[in-house]
Amino acid sequence: MTIPAMDNNPLFSHLQCRECGRRYPKDAIHVCEFDFGPLEAAYDYPAIAKAVTRAKIEARPRSMWRYRELLPIEGEPLVGKHTGFTPLVRANRLADRLGVKELYIKNDAVNFPSLSFKDRVVSVALSRAKELGIDTVACASTGNLANAVAAHAASAGLRSFVLIPADLEQSKILNSLVYGTNVIAIDGAYDQVNRLCSEVAGKYGWGFVNVNLRPYYAEGSKTLGFEIVEQLGWKIPRHTVIPMASGSLLTKVNKAYEELGKVGLVAETPYSIYGAQASGCSPISTAIKNNTETVRPVSKPQTIAKSLSIGTPADGYYAIRAMKKTGGTADDCTDEEIISAILLLAETVGIFAETAGGVTLACAQKLIASGAIPRDESIALCITGYGLKTQEAIAEHLGNPSVIKPNLRAFEALLEQPVQSI
Amino acid sequence: MSVPVRIPTPLRKLTQNQEIVEVDGLTIRDVIENLEKSYPGLKERICDEENNIRRFVNVFVNDEDIRFLEDAATQVKPGDEVSIVPAIAGG
Ligand SMILES: Cc1ncc(COP(=O)(O)O)c(C=O)c1O
Ligand SMILES: [Zn+2]
Repeated sequence: MTIPAMDNNPLFSHLQCRECGRRYPKDAIHVCEFDFGPLEAAYDYPAIAKAVTRAKIEARPRSMWRYRELLPIEGEPLVGKHTGFTPLVRANRLADRLGVKELYIKNDAVNFPSLSFKDRVVSVALSRAKELGIDTVACASTGNLANAVAAHAASAGLRSFVLIPADLEQSKILNSLVYGTNVIAIDGAYDQVNRLCSEVAGKYGWGFVNVNLRPYYAEGSKTLGFEIVEQLGWKIPRHTVIPMASGSLLTKVNKAYEELGKVGLVAETPYSIYGAQASGCSPISTAIKNNTETVRPVSKPQTIAKSLSIGTPADGYYAIRAMKKTGGTADDCTDEEIISAILLLAETVGIFAETAGGVTLACAQKLIASGAIPRDESIALCITGYGLKTQEAIAEHLGNPSVIKPNLRAFEALLEQPVQSI
Repeated sequence: MSVPVRIPTPLRKLTQNQEIVEVDGLTIRDVIENLEKSYPGLKERICDEENNIRRFVNVFVNDEDIRFLEDAATQVKPGDEVSIVPAIAGG
């Protein structure tokens, strides 16, 4: 049951409809009653500009909460204190392979606790849920969000339910079950799971992180953008490539870059944002290619990038606007390209990404090859989930270990064989 | 002929908190017009000034999004159920 919102944080002033601007209280609500527009957290930017400095942020613990003035909670974070501040890796060997000058990997594959960028959104959503007195949390998920909800809820002592499409990867299911959450697998595609959740959400007073807690959830994604900028020495990368499912992460990284300029933490330098999807579920990149803002849903997604398989992307429209406004664009890639990109990233940077990471790199390769992203400017790729979560996708594409007897002769005989190249 | 229409939480203030209401109509367009007659104010929430279903509103006939059918011209028949669902974020 929700209790009325307290108002202890004057920097986070209210929720506001993105369509009509109507204001709403900071409750567990997510859509405008007048036009169904999404509600979004609104801040007092002039006050935040006075309250933060680079030095103040840099002196704080290395977690996503170092940007707390730009996050929608009232008090101290109650969930996910250690989430975020993942490495930004300069990837020179990969840059050479792609023929670009300055390339960075934002490695959210090692986010804490559940190894994807969803740890960020959930730590905000559950911190807010606790503030609102909610005792049961839930989500509809393509896998990673479920892992993050299950892990964070366990540490926070909240009851949780995660609803997923039944055909997810084994590791993603196991990675939810282990935390003692209630995993409900639904015989249908993600959009059907989501629709069920929206019908359930109103009924029991639960906090659904991607439904009635969405305004809080979505803001968590901004921290990925804040961190990239701080880690580059308070500079916005000229080009950023981001995987898209609902399009929320992309929209919020754009918001993060805008906000840092607004509150005076960075110079407002030009930047472009690019979206990446799998061709088997590419409603947003297809709309961009057709030069329309109307996103036609995909009814039966078909790709190994299951984490990105959302046929009806709720933030597709805003993602398109963000890409267009910044001079970016979108692309999509086949399953084979995803697999090659996962291997290329692992072999040149030493980072093992899940299929969504393969999508990001494969699309970046295409955007560079086509000239959409120039070769001589800084490029950041967002790798958002860990490789062992989607083992099935690449298991068959790797060699087998060499099995030998435990003696030196066998070892030497092995080394004399022609080298197996992968 | 009437069909049940499932009303989402944000609109239930207009239906005296009813979750399901019965409305006449042969197409989704009719259903929306008749919803407005019984529950004034509902239509402008669902449709924009140009009478198109709003960007963030999903309408389903049974399990199918009407954008995969014939949008507002999609026909309904006895035994169907119409649902109005706000777009939802994901992942
Ligand atoms: C690993 C990974 N990357 C990216 C995304 C895209 O997120 P969004 O729905 O915010 O576009 C998801 C969503 O589930 C994900 O699991
Ligand atoms: Zn509105």
